[in-house]
Amino acid sequence: MYRYDDLDQAFVEQRVAEFRDQTRRHLAGELSEDEFRPLRLRNGLYIQRHAPMLRIAIPYGLLSSRQLRKLADIARRYDRGYGHFTTRQNLQLNWPALADVPDILAELATVQMHAIQTSGNCVRNVTADHLAGIARDEIDDPRPYCEIIRQWATLHPEFTYLPRKFKIAVTGSPEDRAASEVHDIGLQLRRDAHGDIGFTVRAGGGLGRAPMIGQLIREFLPLPELLAYLEAILRVYNRHGRRDNINKARIKVLVKSLGVARFREEVETEWSAGRERAPRLEPAEIERMRAFFRPQPYEVLADFEVAAGREPAFQAWYRYNTRPHRVPGYRAVFVSLKAHGAVPGDMTSQQMEAVAELAERLSFGLVRTTHSQNLLLADVRQRDLYELWRQLAALGLAMPNIGTLTDMIACPGLDFCSLANAGTLGVARQIQQRFDDLDYLYDLGEIEIKMSGCMNACGHHHVGHIGILGVDKHGEQWYQISLGGSANGFTALGEVIGPSVPQDEVAATIGRIVETYRARRTEGERFIDTLRRLGLTPFREHAYAAHPAAA
Amino acid sequence: MRRILRRRELVVDDWRYAGEEPAAGAAAGPGTAALAGAEVPMDAALIIPLAELRRDPTRWHGRCGRLGVRLGPADAVEELAGELPFLSLVALEFPNPGDGRGYSQARLLRERFGFRGELRAVGAGVRQDQVFLLARCGFDAIELAAGEDPQASQRAFSRYDVAYQPGSPQVAIRRQRFHARP
Repeated sequence: MYRYDDLDQAFVEQRVAEFRDQTRRHLAGELSEDEFRPLRLRNGLYIQRHAPMLRIAIPYGLLSSRQLRKLADIARRYDRGYGHFTTRQNLQLNWPALADVPDILAELATVQMHAIQTSGNCVRNVTADHLAGIARDEIDDPRPYCEIIRQWATLHPEFTYLPRKFKIAVTGSPEDRAASEVHDIGLQLRRDAHGDIGFTVRAGGGLGRAPMIGQLIREFLPLPELLAYLEAILRVYNRHGRRDNINKARIKVLVKSLGVARFREEVETEWSAGRERAPRLEPAEIERMRAFFRPQPYEVLADFEVAAGREPAFQAWYRYNTRPHRVPGYRAVFVSLKAHGAVPGDMTSQQMEAVAELAERLSFGLVRTTHSQNLLLADVRQRDLYELWRQLAALGLAMPNIGTLTDMIACPGLDFCSLANAGTLGVARQIQQRFDDLDYLYDLGEIEIKMSGCMNACGHHHVGHIGILGVDKHGEQWYQISLGGSANGFTALGEVIGPSVPQDEVAATIGRIVETYRARRTEGERFIDTLRRLGLTPFREHAYAAHPAAA
Repeated sequence: MRRILRRRELVVDDWRYAGEEPAAGAAAGPGTAALAGAEVPMDAALIIPLAELRRDPTRWHGRCGRLGVRLGPADAVEELAGELPFLSLVALEFPNPGDGRGYSQARLLRERFGFRGELRAVGAGVRQDQVFLLARCGFDAIELAAGEDPQASQRAFSRYDVAYQPGSPQVAIRRQRFHARP
């Protein structure tokens, strides 16, 4: 993984000193709340329903055991002993005290971490495929480019006060595991006809209000031009993006209002005009970054039938919670944060410490966070899997449901977030209870549920096979259900099936939807494929069949 | 009395905005030109709005005093490209700290159009917490908003001694790395 040199270290320490001074001025009354807000947001600090919320950056989801231990320690000392992993691979603490935040940031700096630009109208944490570097279908490892972008975007003098937040994702495989097409900029590594590596550039994707799929801006961008091109896009957006209405300020609105052809022309013109002065990515810099992400010193091993002869519980876990690895004899292992009865994405300090320890023993001391709010141990010897499973099971982290209906994504919702219209955690619990039978879950196969407590769509409900959106209806919490969304290889936005349903009806409605699938599917057909083949109508009809309350 | 940090030094503004009363003690020179009803000495250093320059460029080109133009965040700096040889100052307005358009305007003026005169950040959005970014985008003059502590703003220029992007005076981290390498 990337390691700070003394320059990176000096930077994060000076950032902490700056924020300490800003917090002091705020608490002394020299900076009003309005003046302090943009400054604290750029250091990851929100003021939430109950307390401040601190969002700690985990650049492209990569953590060392040492860093995970520090997060556990911070959550215990400054919070309530747990944290929440987000779809953008970050960690949120829900209960820190404002006056403690400079100290928390100083603690993070001791392990080369920070909370810089995890909120506010600036370039946010750059995210990547959680299988980066180990996926069999990978063209190139996205992480060196993510780190290059992270450094370029950090306190960028021109782009720190954008019209709105700005999210970039990079993926190195044809299968888009980073949801790059619903990002403000999505970069997909590819090879051109000469075998040279470059990026396909998309822009204007985003969820929230008026969701949009990213538009193709450039089919192939040569590597050395990466930062010059990003500067061109950001400059066009910074100058022309709307600032008069927060709901129309994302780059997707600019792309839509100009039209993609005109937007592309603006970007290309800016890129040509600015090229001489724009930062060029020298091969030496790319090589320096790539050196941080070299393959691990793997042993020479052979694949074997790991699950053969083992108990069914291990077989199920092996099948659902592990993934193939590029290197024979190894597997990637999900640490499920989706135990039934638990909050999706939540993890206690004790669990973090235990996983840090397991990673050190069994996976080169590295842990990854995933877009789907789980953790991943990327490089586990197949012969260690059985022991790892037993350890994870004892920690409550081996729920064999990855990729199934209960591996759902959910934002923190009304219980924590001051933006939310409705709770998500109670609904998640309701769904976990209703679909607690593993055989039934396995029979349903691959289904993605994504749930957000409001229009801002932190739970990515638009791109869930089943999307759930909390809405406020005369002071009551109701839920709108959409079907057919996807962010994985074939990006599509879901369609709302009809009137929203009351809170206690959500799981039952989903139950009727998946029963329709079971009745109508062909042999081996996945839920999303049945949905695409039949369209929404049969699902819509059954969803409301026994539901007089919906109106 | 308007306070300016010019190349980090605190000075009293020696420029006048169009329509503004002359600063106390400044002698009105001979030869005045009318602007919006106000009498402006021909040789005073004067900052006019972009619209005024657009309305009657030849009149302003013929002035003997130094000329500056003030742009709002929505104004296109491209419009100014041909005028830059006549200008000693460009003032870019930041109506609030969240409006970042002036940073792009500044870089374009400096890097693309080669403007070498005074680049001044003005408006309620110019606060000490913006100073470091402003300086790195090419501003060499900061007009202090009411209530801003000049010493704090001066210190803000050196809040960081490292930065990831090109600019001055600190060299970008990437360059430092490559220079440090044999």
